[in-house]
Amino acid sequence: MKLNRKDILGIQELSVEEINLILETADSFIEVSTREIKKVPTLRGKTVINLFYEASTRTRTSFEIAAKRLSADTINISASTSSVVKGETLIDTAKNLEAMNPDIIVIRHSAAGAPHMLAAILRQSIINAGDGAHEHPTQALLDMMTIRSRKGTISGLKVAIVGDIAHSRVARSNIHGLTKMGASVCVAGPATMIPLDIEKMGIVAHTRVEEAIRDADIVMVLRIQTEREKQNIFPSLREYAQYFSLNRRNIGLARKDVLIMHPGPMNRGVEISSDLADGPHSIILNQVTNGVAVRMALLYLLTGGAS
Amino acid sequence: MKNKKIVMDAEGIDRSLTRIAYEILEKNKGVEDLVLVGIRTGGVFLAERLRRKISGIEGKEVPLGILDITLYRDDLQTSHPKPRLGKTDIPFSLDKKKVVLIDDVLFTGRTIRAAMDALIDFGRPMLIQLAVLIDRGHRELPIRADFVGKNLPSSLWEAVSVILTEKKGSDEVVIEIR
Repeated sequence: MKLNRKDILGIQELSVEEINLILETADSFIEVSTREIKKVPTLRGKTVINLFYEASTRTRTSFEIAAKRLSADTINISASTSSVVKGETLIDTAKNLEAMNPDIIVIRHSAAGAPHMLAAILRQSIINAGDGAHEHPTQALLDMMTIRSRKGTISGLKVAIVGDIAHSRVARSNIHGLTKMGASVCVAGPATMIPLDIEKMGIVAHTRVEEAIRDADIVMVLRIQTEREKQNIFPSLREYAQYFSLNRRNIGLARKDVLIMHPGPMNRGVEISSDLADGPHSIILNQVTNGVAVRMALLYLLTGGAS
Repeated sequence: MKNKKIVMDAEGIDRSLTRIAYEILEKNKGVEDLVLVGIRTGGVFLAERLRRKISGIEGKEVPLGILDITLYRDDLQTSHPKPRLGKTDIPFSLDKKKVVLIDDVLFTGRTIRAAMDALIDFGRPMLIQLAVLIDRGHRELPIRADFVGKNLPSSLWEAVSVILTEKKGSDEVVIEIR
Protein backbone atom coordinates (compact mmCIF):
# COMPACT_ATOMS: atom_id res chain seq x y z
CA MET A 1 0.00 0.00 0.00
CA LYS A 2 1.30 3.43 -0.91
CA LEU A 3 -0.01 6.90 -0.33
CA ASN A 4 -0.25 8.27 -3.82
CA ARG A 5 -1.96 11.60 -3.46
CA LYS A 6 -0.87 15.21 -3.54
CA ASP A 7 -2.95 16.56 -0.66
CA ILE A 8 -4.55 15.55 2.62
CA LEU A 9 -7.85 17.39 2.68
CA GLY A 10 -10.10 15.14 4.72
CA ILE A 11 -10.64 11.70 6.17
CA GLN A 12 -13.73 11.21 4.03
CA GLU A 13 -11.72 10.51 0.88
CA LEU A 14 -9.07 8.28 2.53
CA SER A 15 -9.31 4.51 2.22
CA VAL A 16 -8.86 2.14 5.15
CA GLU A 17 -5.53 1.07 3.62
CA GLU A 18 -4.34 4.66 3.40
CA ILE A 19 -5.35 5.33 7.01
CA ASN A 20 -3.52 2.19 8.14
CA LEU A 21 -0.41 3.22 6.22
CA ILE A 22 -0.44 6.68 7.81
CA LEU A 23 -0.98 5.25 11.31
CA GLU A 24 1.77 2.65 10.91
CA THR A 25 4.20 5.24 9.57
CA ALA A 26 3.31 7.50 12.49
CA ASP A 27 4.01 4.64 14.93
CA SER A 28 7.52 4.43 13.53
CA PHE A 29 8.02 8.18 13.91
CA ILE A 30 7.27 8.13 17.67
CA GLU A 31 10.82 6.98 18.32
CA VAL A 32 12.44 10.03 16.68
CA SER A 33 10.87 12.34 19.27
CA THR A 34 12.31 10.25 22.11
CA ARG A 35 15.93 10.59 20.96
CA GLU A 36 18.42 12.93 22.46
CA ILE A 37 18.99 14.39 19.00
CA LYS A 38 15.39 14.80 17.86
CA LYS A 39 16.09 15.33 14.20
CA VAL A 40 16.43 13.24 11.07
CA PRO A 41 17.65 14.57 7.70
CA THR A 42 14.70 13.26 5.69
CA LEU A 43 13.16 16.55 4.50
CA ARG A 44 16.35 18.57 4.19
CA GLY A 45 15.81 21.44 1.77
CA LYS A 46 12.02 21.23 1.88
CA THR A 47 9.93 24.19 2.95
CA VAL A 48 6.67 23.92 4.86
CA ILE A 49 4.41 26.96 5.23
CA ASN A 50 1.86 27.02 8.05
CA LEU A 51 -0.89 29.34 6.88
CA PHE A 52 -3.24 29.87 9.79
CA TYR A 53 -6.33 32.03 9.40
CA GLU A 54 -7.63 30.92 12.80
CA ALA A 55 -6.04 30.88 16.22
CA SER A 56 -4.13 27.74 17.16
CA THR A 57 -1.41 26.73 19.57
CA ARG A 58 -1.45 22.96 19.49
CA THR A 59 -1.93 22.26 15.82
CA ARG A 60 0.41 24.95 14.55
CA THR A 61 3.16 24.08 17.03
CA SER A 62 2.69 20.40 16.31
CA PHE A 63 3.08 20.91 12.55
CA GLU A 64 6.09 23.12 13.11
CA ILE A 65 7.81 20.65 15.43
CA ALA A 66 7.01 17.79 13.05
CA ALA A 67 8.55 19.64 10.11
CA LYS A 68 11.61 20.69 12.08
CA ARG A 69 12.29 17.19 13.38
CA LEU A 70 12.36 16.11 9.74
CA SER A 71 14.83 18.93 8.93
CA ALA A 72 12.37 20.90 6.79
CA ASP A 73 12.32 24.69 7.02
CA THR A 74 9.10 26.13 8.37
CA ILE A 75 7.43 29.49 8.03
CA ASN A 76 4.39 30.44 10.08
CA ILE A 77 1.88 32.91 8.79
CA SER A 78 -1.05 33.95 10.89
CA ALA A 79 -3.80 36.04 9.37
CA SER A 80 -3.64 38.76 11.99
CA THR A 81 -0.05 39.70 11.12
CA SER A 82 -0.20 39.15 7.36
CA SER A 83 -1.43 40.94 4.26
CA VAL A 84 -4.86 39.52 4.99
CA VAL A 85 -5.48 42.53 7.21
CA LYS A 86 -4.73 44.70 4.17
CA GLY A 87 -7.50 42.95 2.28
CA GLU A 88 -5.58 40.42 0.21
CA THR A 89 -7.71 37.50 -0.96
CA LEU A 90 -6.87 33.92 -0.01
CA ILE A 91 -6.10 33.07 -3.63
CA ASP A 92 -3.72 36.00 -4.02
CA THR A 93 -1.95 35.13 -0.78
CA ALA A 94 -1.66 31.53 -1.92
CA LYS A 95 -0.38 32.46 -5.39
CA ASN A 96 2.27 34.67 -3.83
CA LEU A 97 3.37 31.90 -1.49
CA GLU A 98 3.49 29.49 -4.42
CA ALA A 99 5.81 31.89 -6.24
CA MET A 100 8.34 31.37 -3.44
CA ASN A 101 8.40 27.61 -4.07
CA PRO A 102 7.46 25.96 -0.81
CA ASP A 103 6.81 22.20 -0.89
CA ILE A 104 3.88 21.85 1.49
CA ILE A 105 1.29 24.35 2.63
CA VAL A 106 -0.61 23.59 5.83
CA ILE A 107 -3.75 25.66 6.03
CA ARG A 108 -6.37 26.35 8.67
CA HIS A 109 -9.30 28.49 7.63
CA SER A 110 -12.74 29.29 9.00
CA ALA A 111 -14.31 28.60 5.60
CA ALA A 112 -15.08 24.97 4.82
CA GLY A 113 -13.43 24.03 1.52
CA ALA A 114 -10.65 26.63 1.64
CA PRO A 115 -7.90 23.93 1.56
CA HIS A 116 -9.68 22.22 -1.35
CA MET A 117 -9.66 25.43 -3.33
CA LEU A 118 -5.93 25.86 -2.73
CA ALA A 119 -5.28 22.23 -3.64
CA ALA A 120 -6.98 22.80 -6.98
CA ILE A 121 -4.96 25.89 -7.94
CA LEU A 122 -1.55 25.26 -6.37
CA ARG A 123 1.02 22.65 -7.36
CA GLN A 124 2.17 22.31 -3.74
CA SER A 125 0.83 19.64 -1.41
CA ILE A 126 -1.91 21.02 0.83
CA ILE A 127 -2.65 19.67 4.29
CA ASN A 128 -5.94 20.68 5.84
CA ALA A 129 -5.35 21.74 9.45
CA GLY A 130 -9.03 22.47 9.96
CA ASP A 131 -11.55 24.08 7.61
CA GLY A 132 -14.65 25.57 9.21
CA ALA A 133 -16.96 22.91 10.58
CA HIS A 134 -15.93 20.53 7.82
CA GLU A 135 -12.83 18.43 8.56
CA HIS A 136 -9.72 18.32 10.72
CA PRO A 137 -8.03 15.21 9.30
CA THR A 138 -4.78 15.31 11.28
CA GLN A 139 -6.75 15.48 14.55
CA ALA A 140 -8.77 12.40 13.61
CA LEU A 141 -5.60 10.57 12.55
CA LEU A 142 -3.85 11.31 15.84
CA ASP A 143 -6.99 10.28 17.71
CA MET A 144 -7.13 6.99 15.83
CA MET A 145 -3.41 6.46 16.41
CA THR A 146 -3.88 7.04 20.14
CA ILE A 147 -6.86 4.70 20.36
CA ARG A 148 -5.06 2.01 18.39
CA SER A 149 -1.92 2.22 20.48
CA ARG A 150 -3.94 1.86 23.69
CA LYS A 151 -6.57 -0.67 22.61
CA GLY A 152 -4.60 -2.53 19.95
CA THR A 153 -7.38 -2.05 17.43
CA ILE A 154 -10.18 0.34 16.51
CA SER A 155 -12.53 -2.22 15.05
CA GLY A 156 -15.33 -3.25 17.39
CA LEU A 157 -14.84 -0.45 19.90
CA LYS A 158 -17.70 1.71 21.06
CA VAL A 159 -16.81 5.38 20.77
CA ALA A 160 -18.99 8.16 22.18
CA ILE A 161 -18.41 11.71 20.95
CA VAL A 162 -19.97 14.26 23.30
CA GLY A 163 -20.51 17.96 22.71
CA ASP A 164 -21.26 20.41 19.93
CA ILE A 165 -21.36 17.99 17.01
CA ALA A 166 -22.87 20.49 14.58
CA HIS A 167 -19.95 22.91 14.71
CA SER A 168 -17.19 20.34 15.15
CA ARG A 169 -14.77 19.45 12.37
CA VAL A 170 -13.06 17.14 14.87
CA ALA A 171 -16.31 15.17 15.26
CA ARG A 172 -16.88 15.00 11.51
CA SER A 173 -13.37 13.76 10.69
CA ASN A 174 -13.46 11.26 13.54
CA ILE A 175 -16.86 9.93 12.51
CA HIS A 176 -15.55 9.33 8.98
CA GLY A 177 -12.38 7.70 10.23
CA LEU A 178 -13.69 5.63 13.13
CA THR A 179 -16.62 4.19 11.18
CA LYS A 180 -14.28 3.27 8.31
CA MET A 181 -12.00 1.52 10.77
CA GLY A 182 -14.91 -0.52 12.13
CA ALA A 183 -15.76 1.24 15.39
CA SER A 184 -19.36 1.83 16.38
CA VAL A 185 -19.78 5.53 16.97
CA CYS A 186 -22.48 7.46 18.76
CA VAL A 187 -22.76 11.15 19.51
CA ALA A 188 -24.51 13.10 22.22
CA GLY A 189 -25.22 16.73 22.89
CA PRO A 190 -28.03 19.25 23.16
CA ALA A 191 -30.52 18.83 20.30
CA THR A 192 -29.47 22.23 18.97
CA MET A 193 -25.96 20.90 18.52
CA ILE A 194 -26.81 17.67 16.72
CA PRO A 195 -27.33 17.98 12.96
CA LEU A 196 -30.66 16.46 11.91
CA ASP A 197 -29.22 14.04 9.37
CA ILE A 198 -26.09 13.08 11.32
CA GLU A 199 -27.22 9.43 11.57
CA LYS A 200 -26.75 9.15 7.80
CA MET A 201 -23.02 9.05 8.58
CA GLY A 202 -23.58 5.58 10.01
CA ILE A 203 -23.78 6.53 13.67
CA VAL A 204 -26.36 6.83 16.45
CA ALA A 205 -27.34 10.22 17.90
CA HIS A 206 -28.47 10.76 21.48
CA THR A 207 -29.62 13.87 23.28
CA ARG A 208 -28.65 12.51 26.68
CA VAL A 209 -25.00 12.04 27.43
CA GLU A 210 -25.70 9.02 29.69
CA GLU A 211 -27.16 7.05 26.77
CA ALA A 212 -24.07 7.68 24.67
CA ILE A 213 -21.41 6.81 27.18
CA ARG A 214 -23.04 3.63 28.49
CA ASP A 215 -20.52 0.78 27.89
CA ALA A 216 -18.28 3.06 25.83
CA ASP A 217 -14.64 2.08 25.33
CA ILE A 218 -13.75 5.63 24.37
CA VAL A 219 -15.37 8.92 25.31
CA MET A 220 -14.28 11.81 23.18
CA VAL A 221 -15.27 15.13 24.70
CA LEU A 222 -15.46 18.14 22.40
CA ARG A 223 -14.69 21.70 23.33
CA ILE A 224 -17.73 23.89 23.85
CA GLN A 225 -17.05 27.02 21.91
CA THR A 226 -17.98 29.42 24.67
CA GLU A 227 -18.60 32.18 22.15
CA ARG A 228 -21.64 30.22 21.00
CA GLU A 229 -23.40 30.92 24.25
CA LYS A 230 -24.49 34.19 22.67
CA GLN A 231 -26.05 32.39 19.71
CA ASN A 232 -28.81 30.89 21.86
CA ILE A 233 -27.75 27.34 21.04
CA PHE A 234 -27.68 26.57 24.74
CA PRO A 235 -28.95 28.65 27.64
CA SER A 236 -25.77 28.94 29.69
CA LEU A 237 -22.42 27.31 30.25
CA ARG A 238 -23.62 26.35 33.71
CA GLU A 239 -26.62 24.53 32.36
CA TYR A 240 -24.48 22.85 29.71
CA ALA A 241 -22.07 21.69 32.38
CA GLN A 242 -24.94 20.35 34.45
CA TYR A 243 -26.47 18.22 31.70
CA PHE A 244 -23.69 17.43 29.25
CA SER A 245 -20.35 17.49 31.01
CA LEU A 246 -18.36 14.33 31.50
CA ASN A 247 -17.83 13.93 35.22
CA ARG A 248 -17.33 11.45 38.01
CA ARG A 249 -21.05 10.73 38.20
CA ASN A 250 -21.69 9.66 34.62
CA ILE A 251 -18.28 8.16 33.71
CA GLY A 252 -19.25 5.08 35.74
CA LEU A 253 -21.67 4.14 32.96
CA ALA A 254 -18.79 3.59 30.58
CA ARG A 255 -16.61 0.49 30.59
CA LYS A 256 -14.14 0.16 33.45
CA ASP A 257 -11.18 0.62 31.12
CA VAL A 258 -12.70 3.60 29.31
CA LEU A 259 -10.30 6.10 27.78
CA ILE A 260 -11.13 9.79 27.86
CA MET A 261 -10.03 12.03 25.01
CA HIS A 262 -10.29 15.73 24.25
CA PRO A 263 -8.90 17.58 21.21
CA GLY A 264 -8.15 20.68 23.28
CA PRO A 265 -8.28 23.42 24.33
CA MET A 266 -10.31 22.28 27.33
CA ASN A 267 -12.87 24.28 29.26
CA ARG A 268 -12.35 22.64 32.62
CA GLY A 269 -15.58 22.39 34.55
CA VAL A 270 -17.70 22.95 31.44
CA GLU A 271 -17.50 19.94 29.10
CA ILE A 272 -15.20 17.89 31.32
CA SER A 273 -14.47 17.92 35.02
CA SER A 274 -10.91 18.56 36.04
CA ASP A 275 -10.53 15.30 37.95
CA LEU A 276 -11.36 13.29 34.84
CA ALA A 277 -9.16 15.42 32.58
CA ASP A 278 -6.19 14.73 34.85
CA GLY A 279 -7.25 11.25 35.97
CA PRO A 280 -5.95 7.79 35.07
CA HIS A 281 -8.43 7.30 32.22
CA SER A 282 -7.35 10.47 30.45
CA ILE A 283 -5.12 10.10 27.39
CA ILE A 284 -5.41 13.74 26.42
CA LEU A 285 -1.68 14.45 26.53
CA ASN A 286 -0.88 11.22 24.68
CA GLN A 287 -3.03 12.64 21.89
CA VAL A 288 -0.76 15.69 21.74
CA THR A 289 2.41 13.57 21.68
CA ASN A 290 1.01 11.39 18.91
CA GLY A 291 -0.03 14.48 16.96
CA VAL A 292 3.61 15.26 16.20
CA ALA A 293 4.20 11.72 14.92
CA VAL A 294 1.10 11.75 12.72
CA ARG A 295 2.11 15.06 11.17
CA MET A 296 5.66 13.81 10.61
CA ALA A 297 4.18 10.79 8.84
CA LEU A 298 2.06 12.98 6.55
CA LEU A 299 4.91 15.35 5.72
CA TYR A 300 7.11 12.34 4.98
CA LEU A 301 4.53 10.56 2.85
CA LEU A 302 3.50 13.63 0.85
CA THR A 303 6.88 15.07 -0.11
CA GLY A 304 8.97 13.66 -2.86
CA GLY A 305 10.16 14.12 -6.39
CA ALA A 306 8.13 13.92 -9.53
CA SER A 307 5.55 11.17 -9.25
CA MET B 1 12.65 -17.62 -11.75
CA LYS B 2 14.23 -19.63 -14.57
CA ASN B 3 17.85 -19.03 -13.70
CA LYS B 4 17.81 -19.47 -9.96
CA LYS B 5 20.83 -20.87 -8.19
CA ILE B 6 21.31 -21.64 -4.51
CA VAL B 7 24.76 -20.36 -3.57
CA MET B 8 24.56 -21.00 0.17
CA ASP B 9 22.44 -23.48 2.11
CA ALA B 10 21.37 -23.63 5.76
CA GLU B 11 24.59 -25.26 6.96
CA GLY B 12 26.69 -22.80 4.98
CA ILE B 13 24.87 -19.82 6.48
CA ASP B 14 25.19 -21.24 9.98
CA ARG B 15 28.92 -21.96 9.64
CA SER B 16 29.53 -18.48 8.26
CA LEU B 17 27.69 -16.89 11.16
CA THR B 18 29.62 -19.03 13.65
CA ARG B 19 32.90 -17.90 12.11
CA ILE B 20 31.79 -14.24 12.08
CA ALA B 21 30.80 -14.50 15.76
CA TYR B 22 34.31 -15.76 16.62
CA GLU B 23 35.90 -13.06 14.43
CA ILE B 24 33.89 -10.32 16.12
CA LEU B 25 35.02 -11.57 19.53
CA GLU B 26 38.62 -11.92 18.40
CA LYS B 27 38.82 -8.47 16.85
CA ASN B 28 37.11 -6.78 19.81
CA LYS B 29 38.83 -8.91 22.48
CA GLY B 30 35.58 -10.10 24.04
CA VAL B 31 32.19 -8.47 24.56
CA GLU B 32 33.11 -5.47 26.66
CA ASP B 33 31.42 -2.32 25.27
CA LEU B 34 30.22 -4.39 22.32
CA VAL B 35 26.74 -3.78 20.88
CA LEU B 36 25.07 -5.23 17.80
CA VAL B 37 22.77 -3.24 15.51
CA GLY B 38 20.82 -5.03 12.80
CA ILE B 39 19.64 -3.10 9.76
CA ARG B 40 15.99 -3.56 8.91
CA THR B 41 14.84 -5.84 7.50
CA GLY B 42 17.50 -8.25 6.30
CA GLY B 43 20.02 -7.60 9.07
CA VAL B 44 17.73 -7.99 12.05
CA PHE B 45 17.40 -11.78 12.06
CA LEU B 46 21.11 -12.21 11.34
CA ALA B 47 21.91 -9.88 14.24
CA GLU B 48 19.71 -11.97 16.54
CA ARG B 49 21.47 -15.15 15.45
CA LEU B 50 24.90 -13.58 15.95
CA ARG B 51 23.88 -12.43 19.41
CA ARG B 52 22.87 -15.98 20.35
CA LYS B 53 26.13 -17.35 19.02
CA ILE B 54 28.22 -14.73 20.82
CA SER B 55 26.45 -15.31 24.13
CA GLY B 56 26.87 -19.05 23.60
CA ILE B 57 30.61 -18.61 23.19
CA GLU B 58 31.29 -15.98 25.87
CA GLY B 59 28.41 -16.67 28.26
CA LYS B 60 27.52 -13.00 28.29
CA GLU B 61 24.64 -11.09 26.69
CA VAL B 62 25.35 -8.39 24.12
CA PRO B 63 22.85 -5.53 23.64
CA LEU B 64 21.01 -5.64 20.33
CA GLY B 65 19.40 -2.72 18.52
CA ILE B 66 17.31 -2.47 15.38
CA LEU B 67 17.88 0.30 12.87
CA ASP B 68 15.58 1.42 10.06
CA ILE B 69 17.57 3.57 7.64
CA THR B 70 14.66 4.85 5.54
CA LEU B 71 14.78 8.40 6.94
CA TYR B 72 18.48 8.64 6.00
CA ARG B 73 18.25 7.35 2.43
CA ASP B 74 19.80 9.48 -0.32
CA ASP B 75 17.07 8.72 -2.86
CA LEU B 76 14.09 10.09 -0.92
CA GLN B 77 14.09 13.32 -2.91
CA THR B 78 13.25 11.42 -6.04
CA SER B 79 11.00 8.72 -4.67
CA HIS B 80 7.26 9.25 -4.52
CA PRO B 81 5.42 7.33 -3.17
CA LYS B 82 7.78 6.95 -0.27
CA PRO B 83 9.29 3.67 0.94
CA ARG B 84 7.59 2.16 3.95
CA LEU B 85 9.08 3.27 7.25
CA GLY B 86 9.88 0.66 9.89
CA LYS B 87 10.55 1.07 13.58
CA THR B 88 13.99 1.87 14.93
CA ASP B 89 14.65 0.45 18.38
CA ILE B 90 18.03 1.19 19.95
CA PRO B 91 17.17 1.25 23.66
CA PHE B 92 20.71 2.07 24.84
CA SER B 93 23.30 4.79 24.33
CA LEU B 94 25.95 4.27 21.68
CA ASP B 95 28.42 6.61 23.38
CA LYS B 96 31.85 4.98 23.58
CA LYS B 97 30.49 1.64 22.36
CA LYS B 98 31.95 -0.71 19.79
CA VAL B 99 29.07 -1.00 17.35
CA VAL B 100 28.85 -3.92 14.96
CA LEU B 101 26.42 -3.05 12.18
CA ILE B 102 24.84 -6.11 10.60
CA ASP B 103 23.19 -6.49 7.20
CA ASP B 104 22.45 -9.38 4.90
CA VAL B 105 23.88 -8.18 1.56
CA LEU B 106 26.53 -5.51 0.97
CA PHE B 107 26.04 -4.03 -2.49
CA THR B 108 26.40 -0.35 -3.42
CA GLY B 109 27.24 0.69 0.14
CA ARG B 110 24.51 3.34 0.20
CA THR B 111 22.52 1.56 2.90
CA ILE B 112 25.61 1.43 5.11
CA ARG B 113 26.32 5.13 4.54
CA ALA B 114 22.74 5.88 5.66
CA ALA B 115 23.09 3.54 8.64
CA MET B 116 26.29 5.20 9.82
CA ASP B 117 24.68 8.64 9.62
CA ALA B 118 21.76 7.31 11.66
CA LEU B 119 24.05 5.73 14.29
CA ILE B 120 25.90 9.01 14.80
CA ASP B 121 22.55 10.59 15.73
CA PHE B 122 22.34 8.14 18.63
CA GLY B 123 25.65 9.14 20.16
CA ARG B 124 29.37 8.93 19.48
CA PRO B 125 30.42 5.31 19.17
CA MET B 126 34.04 4.40 19.89
CA LEU B 127 34.03 2.59 16.55
CA ILE B 128 31.67 1.11 13.99
CA GLN B 129 32.35 -2.22 12.31
CA LEU B 130 30.35 -3.88 9.57
CA ALA B 131 29.33 -7.54 9.34
CA VAL B 132 27.50 -8.89 6.28
CA LEU B 133 26.52 -12.36 5.19
CA ILE B 134 27.13 -11.65 1.48
CA ASP B 135 29.39 -9.12 -0.20
CA ARG B 136 28.32 -8.97 -3.83
CA GLY B 137 30.60 -6.12 -4.93
CA HIS B 138 29.62 -3.12 -7.10
CA ARG B 139 30.36 -0.52 -4.46
CA GLU B 140 29.41 3.08 -5.21
CA LEU B 141 30.90 4.47 -2.01
CA PRO B 142 34.23 3.89 -0.23
CA ILE B 143 32.87 1.31 2.21
CA ARG B 144 34.05 -2.20 3.06
CA ALA B 145 32.95 -4.84 5.51
CA ASP B 146 35.01 -6.00 8.51
CA PHE B 147 33.33 -9.41 8.64
CA VAL B 148 32.07 -11.19 5.51
CA GLY B 149 30.24 -14.51 5.32
CA LYS B 150 30.84 -15.02 1.63
CA ASN B 151 32.19 -12.93 -1.22
CA LEU B 152 29.86 -13.45 -4.14
CA PRO B 153 30.97 -11.85 -7.40
CA SER B 154 27.76 -11.00 -9.23
CA SER B 155 26.55 -9.15 -12.30
CA LEU B 156 24.41 -6.05 -11.97
CA TRP B 157 21.51 -7.81 -13.65
CA GLU B 158 21.50 -10.57 -11.08
CA ALA B 159 19.52 -10.42 -7.86
CA VAL B 160 21.02 -11.81 -4.68
CA SER B 161 18.60 -12.62 -1.89
CA VAL B 162 19.15 -13.98 1.57
CA ILE B 163 16.17 -16.04 2.67
CA LEU B 164 15.87 -16.88 6.36
CA THR B 165 13.54 -19.20 8.24
CA GLU B 166 12.42 -16.38 10.52
CA LYS B 167 10.65 -14.87 7.51
CA LYS B 168 10.18 -17.72 5.03
CA GLY B 169 10.39 -21.48 5.21
CA SER B 170 14.08 -22.06 4.57
CA ASP B 171 17.63 -20.79 5.09
CA GLU B 172 19.35 -20.12 1.79
CA VAL B 173 21.11 -17.54 -0.34
CA VAL B 174 19.94 -17.50 -3.95
CA ILE B 175 21.17 -15.70 -7.02
CA GLU B 176 18.89 -15.22 -10.00
CA ILE B 177 18.83 -13.39 -13.29
CA ARG B 178 16.31 -10.58 -13.31
